[in-house]
Amino acid sequence: MQRQYDVLVIGGGVVGSAVARELSRYDLKIGVLEKNPDVCCETSGRNSAVVHGGFAYDTGTLKAKLRVEGNRMMGQLSRELDFPFKRCGKVLVGNTAEDMETLQRTMAQGAANGASNLSIIDRDRLHELVPAVTGRFAMFSADSGILDPFQYTIALAESACLNGTDYFFDHEVTDIARDPEGNYILTASGLKYRCRWVVNCAGLGCGKISDMLGIKGYRIIGSKGDYIILDNHTGKLLPMPVYPVPSNTYMGIHVTNTIDGNVIVGPNAETVSDFSYYGVPKRNMEYLRESASRLWPHIRREDYIRNYSGILPKWVDENGVIQDFKIEIRDDAAPRAVNLVGIESPGLTAAVPIARYAVELMREREKFRENPGFVPERKGIVRFAGQSLQEQRRLIAEDGDYGQIVCRCEKVTKAELLKAIRNPLGVHTMTGIKYRTRAMMGRCQGGYCQMRIEQMIEEELGVKETNVLYGRRGSNVLVGRVRED
Amino acid sequence: METRDVVIVGGGPAGLAAAVELYKQGIRDILIVEREKHPGGILRQCIHDGFGLACFHTTLSGPEYAARFIQEAKTMGIPCETDTTVLHISGDKQVTVVNEKGIRQIQAKAVILTMGCRERTRGAVGIPGERPAGVFTAGVAQAYMNLYNRMPGREAVILGSGDIGMIMARRLTLEGAHVQAVLEIQPFPGGLPRNIEQCLNDYGIPLCLSHTVTDIHGDARLTGVTVCKVDENLRPIPGTEREYACDTLILSVGLLPENELSLEAGVEVDARTKGAVVDEYFQTSVPGIFAAGNVLHVHDLVDFVSIEAEELARGAAEYVREGRLRECGIELGAGAHVGYTVPRRISGGRDVTLSLRVKGELQNCSIVVRQDKREIARKNMKRAIPAEMIRIPVKAETVKGNGKLEVSAEW
Amino acid sequence: MTAETGEGKIPVIEGAGCPRGNDYVRQELTAPRRNIATSVLVEGGELPLASVRLTSPIPREMIGQAMEEIRKVHIKAPVAAGTVVIKGLMGYDSDVIITKDVGRGEDAERNKGMSGAV
Repeated sequence: MQRQYDVLVIGGGVVGSAVARELSRYDLKIGVLEKNPDVCCETSGRNSAVVHGGFAYDTGTLKAKLRVEGNRMMGQLSRELDFPFKRCGKVLVGNTAEDMETLQRTMAQGAANGASNLSIIDRDRLHELVPAVTGRFAMFSADSGILDPFQYTIALAESACLNGTDYFFDHEVTDIARDPEGNYILTASGLKYRCRWVVNCAGLGCGKISDMLGIKGYRIIGSKGDYIILDNHTGKLLPMPVYPVPSNTYMGIHVTNTIDGNVIVGPNAETVSDFSYYGVPKRNMEYLRESASRLWPHIRREDYIRNYSGILPKWVDENGVIQDFKIEIRDDAAPRAVNLVGIESPGLTAAVPIARYAVELMREREKFRENPGFVPERKGIVRFAGQSLQEQRRLIAEDGDYGQIVCRCEKVTKAELLKAIRNPLGVHTMTGIKYRTRAMMGRCQGGYCQMRIEQMIEEELGVKETNVLYGRRGSNVLVGRVRED
Repeated sequence: METRDVVIVGGGPAGLAAAVELYKQGIRDILIVEREKHPGGILRQCIHDGFGLACFHTTLSGPEYAARFIQEAKTMGIPCETDTTVLHISGDKQVTVVNEKGIRQIQAKAVILTMGCRERTRGAVGIPGERPAGVFTAGVAQAYMNLYNRMPGREAVILGSGDIGMIMARRLTLEGAHVQAVLEIQPFPGGLPRNIEQCLNDYGIPLCLSHTVTDIHGDARLTGVTVCKVDENLRPIPGTEREYACDTLILSVGLLPENELSLEAGVEVDARTKGAVVDEYFQTSVPGIFAAGNVLHVHDLVDFVSIEAEELARGAAEYVREGRLRECGIELGAGAHVGYTVPRRISGGRDVTLSLRVKGELQNCSIVVRQDKREIARKNMKRAIPAEMIRIPVKAETVKGNGKLEVSAEW
Repeated sequence: MTAETGEGKIPVIEGAGCPRGNDYVRQELTAPRRNIATSVLVEGGELPLASVRLTSPIPREMIGQAMEEIRKVHIKAPVAAGTVVIKGLMGYDSDVIITKDVGRGEDAERNKGMSGAV
């Protein structure tokens, strides 16, 4: 049996989920085919989590335009979808006359792009904003910010889902064919899915999917960046991200505060052809520490809690020059297929404008009826940590499980974990629970709580212990029992 | 507001021993706050035997050792609130606790910190490579196996020769898993000789000193690790790489006192032990807040945790009764070849026992305590190793004036 | 501690800190014995396993066989520490005993805190 859809979105990252949500404003049957067991396993979840100001890209490019739009709407979006976002500002720190020149040029470019609230500040002002930083002056972007990339992507996906979108996990698209009526037949996970419209939001897989659609010739390279995460007591020394002076193509190794008070250090940028290898080599960790310490001399090994890496899909021309975002419909080669290529940074900031742009291309070709039942708001899981004492008391009075702390480092309660395990997308990996609650993301990295959480997954969902996954397919946490019944 | 003479944070071996001794000292208004369903702390999952030789002159498993204290506390009627987490401790000894009934604040005359320690993680030691499933700290693997009836893996490599790592090597082997090797980056073992013999040698598990894991492979479940020999600066030696195919990597790479609550209360923490700076009464830099056990410094044997907590309780009882303790104005520091000492300040008015660890393996050495270059205590040892905590008594009458004491290892 | 073993002779042991040390070394060198700690399956318990150990050590080479015997044991909750689950393990003067109280699953709430043991 073929599953029939109006639109199938390939890839459930931040862009795919934003596209699905934008499409769910219309009366369409929408499906998302995601190859991983959750929505932000790749580029969307593996980055600096910075909401950019809109000054780093050439005027006139989609990257510049959509980034500025994305920044502008982020406050409203975060309220609507209930994900953490903080407009904390950001500084690009310089020391030399050449740095100053670059910063002024960057600022002018930002102004031309329509970015607001950019200024050059002197050392005194810089140290007022970020006391612990090293540097003589800076460009200050007051409108830049940070968000939780997991909650953001999950919020978009859950909103799409609540508005009727079907999510299919562990569904890697392996073939795209057309039937005589011109419908697309997608093969994923051995099953066939039929649709009139297809949207390529495959991120790192965008080149492969583009080829399958018959749109050949995109050259995609991976730019891999490694990061180190520091303990959340370090956050108080870093009220906003601190960047070096940028080069044309690379923003440089920076230090970024996170929504939860940690500091992340990175990324370097290595060109890679393997888009699934996320290992972090020792020499890169040392390099990150050395480089970032020049900006912010508070990186101590004893504060390391984890490292990670992410890969950006970059579309390059034959000379290796990085190109703009490509968002297109090729009516000749692949009608009713929206092709998104090279969606890298600032894809996180610009996800919703990218989605709207893509949907506009579709609406130029076909009239969609509004979905009268569309609900823009989505509520996340109410966190116990960070609430006022009064609010915490109220939560516990309503639900005693809010009084049971399971993850001690991030103070995540049983109530939050149960809600996360029963999430609307039906994700039940350990990483999925992590992204939704922050449990196991603290300094002990689940040393105290992971067994409890694993047990809760088994009990709540009736999953056998050998089927509980850490993250990706095949990442089974356990191999069996010590004593069988 | 609810008041208590003493609130004990954590019902593990230190908290339980402190509670029982406080009671013996005449303090009755005690509350133990325990985040788990049952008291006992980490001992609940330490099912191996070997506990209790110093305290009970017999060898017990962890649960049995804990049960002795729990029974005593129960007989005394000491309340232990379980499934209850301490959220905050203030410098004026207000303890905020949470459980399913709500959040409340308790004003204590004295607070006893016995939160124990946590394991260092892969991220903390910065092991490079991918992040597959199948990498566990030894304590996590132990909990899965001994409390949850879950097998973490079948083909294992263990990094770190700490005691829990070696105990898990045996535990995994007994349950049918294959342990290929225990790797130790240092040129000496991290755990006790008894465990090397009974957990590794008995089962033919090789202990590779001066070796470490330099890469982790697998994008889903662990498929293998790369192991390297290291030089005297603990740097991997190129060309010595060896691949181990395995589905499990167990980390036993150190323990860290769990002092987040202590720091919130304003307690000064020692850079070396990562535990509170305490005086001979185990009183921290905040008057009326005391610390003992693994939250103070990581111990080798639980018996010493209990003994330390009992010493603490005698001081805390005096504090509750008198409202203050004798001034501890004499500083105490670690000298040559000594990693740290506990306590860091003494009064000179009472006999005290110092706890310390040496930095490297020493043969035929003496642990010497000096005040202003004058020897005041000495303990001769055939062998001293970092894995073993050393205790040395100092008599009050040998301490003169307020000059600083220094403890060093000599040979 | 040092020990010399002449062929077929009783070892000469020096430097033991206590008589127990002497005994330990003698046994280690002649016929090492070991205790075992593991778990048995509990039915209907608040925990799935109850830990066990031996009341006295058995010859080291018998550990594997002993594990086989212990693996066969299934018990029903509640069970108290000290309960003998195998008397005279494989004919040795050593019993397998429970080392942890495990209450019944349905009593878990009542057993919280000090009223239950570990």
